[in-house]
Amino acid sequence: MTFEVGSGLSIGVILATVIVVAAMLIWVERRLLSFWQERLGPNRVGPFGLLQVVADMIKIFTKEDWVPPFADKFSFVLAPAIIMTVILLSFSVIPFAPGVGVVDSNIGVLFVLAMASLGAYSVMLAGLSSDNKYALLGSLRAAAQMISYEVFMGISILGVVALSGSFNLREIVLAQEENGWYIFPQFIGFVIFLIAGVAESHRLPFDIPEAEQEICAGYHTEYSGMKFGMFFVGEYLGLVLISSLITVLFFGGWLGPSFLPGIFWFALKSFVFIAFFILLRAAIPRPRYDQLMTYGWLFLLPVSLLNLLITGVIILSTS
Amino acid sequence: MLTLIKDTLTSQVVTLWRVFSHLWVKADTVEYPDEMPYMFPRWRGRIILSRDPDGEERCVACNLCAVACPVDCIALQKTEDDEGRWYPEFFRINFSRCIMCGFCEEACPTNAIQLTPDFEMAEYERQDMVWEKEDLLIDGTGKYHDYNFYRVAGKKIGGKDKGEARNEAVPVNVRSLLP
Repeated sequence: MTFEVGSGLSIGVILATVIVVAAMLIWVERRLLSFWQERLGPNRVGPFGLLQVVADMIKIFTKEDWVPPFADKFSFVLAPAIIMTVILLSFSVIPFAPGVGVVDSNIGVLFVLAMASLGAYSVMLAGLSSDNKYALLGSLRAAAQMISYEVFMGISILGVVALSGSFNLREIVLAQEENGWYIFPQFIGFVIFLIAGVAESHRLPFDIPEAEQEICAGYHTEYSGMKFGMFFVGEYLGLVLISSLITVLFFGGWLGPSFLPGIFWFALKSFVFIAFFILLRAAIPRPRYDQLMTYGWLFLLPVSLLNLLITGVIILSTS
Repeated sequence: MLTLIKDTLTSQVVTLWRVFSHLWVKADTVEYPDEMPYMFPRWRGRIILSRDPDGEERCVACNLCAVACPVDCIALQKTEDDEGRWYPEFFRINFSRCIMCGFCEEACPTNAIQLTPDFEMAEYERQDMVWEKEDLLIDGTGKYHDYNFYRVAGKKIGGKDKGEARNEAVPVNVRSLLP
């Protein structure tokens, strides 16, 4: 069995790596947050607390897996499965390095956006099926948040698609090899996609659907045990996904000086953005969800449309 | 619009940088089991019963501590020895109830009951949290070295009659008219 795009070995390795990285982020996030808050964070289990993840996993696997009697059982169980599935499916179109990936899809960008939209169903189903007022508020907020960020998220990366002339993520990276990273011509698109990515992965400052301080964990209030663990890891998977997408779309994916293999550059760039997302959590307070909607519709949407217009004018005038 | 962009840059980015720059600030954490924190002498921790400088029990079983205790964790019974000194027959503190408020120390007229900086009192059995007088009594004077209640109080005990206490005048017979 060879290690190439789409081979069974490749799929297995990518699946395992992505899930392990997402689980390790539990430790990375707690550690980084505590450094930024002048604490030490988990450093007891194993060297530097690296085995904290194992301890957390043992805890979460052995917890009682409880379904509230008033919940709608089918959709209650289905909801955490949806978020894991759609985000892992999104990883299939990400080009990690030359020859590393699951599929080279001609509609890669569209596929990721479609999966991101489906992920919102997970949150809404979880909130609705829980039959809990906080969970319902959380899913209402998730719906309000989704209709405000999905629009400019799609439009913000259209500039990159227009410049590279392809929806295929691997070809977008190859186009950056010739033209330079798209962060320079598409800086506004990058900033808007970053903001949309924070909202997409339900991270602070846009973790409005699960705001602990206001609506006590929102849509996953009623979840416990492994089903909660799937939401938890799903959130980190979303974080990894958005960081990989930013790397691929704006920072040249695996491209970098050739003394290190491409996969290393990809991992390094992605990690910088993961750390940035954690820094956002440490620093920025949460807005109200109507503020996010106003900000999205009245400011970011016009700016992203303007960005697309100017990009189109420049492409047409230079070709 | 322009002010919004300017505010975003000056507020959000500066916030991000300030939080990030905490990366090279030393952590405040004291890693407790490896490294003992300094406990201040007046820290309110484990309760002890002290002795006076002569080595006798200070406690006179007045029950003021038990009355002051907001969670009723102190139980004691007064008794008396041959010399007329009062002392507790038993003195029991249930540390599973104690909230370390220090009211007992405030209430104690003889400085007998005192709180110490020790806080490592975890037990596996709940019954082990109940401390008897033998467990509570220490050999020293605690925080107050010179104080001896019977030396300053007017109470008559064996070996010390009325008027023999420190700063105490011999009693006056108020029914006599003689100068």
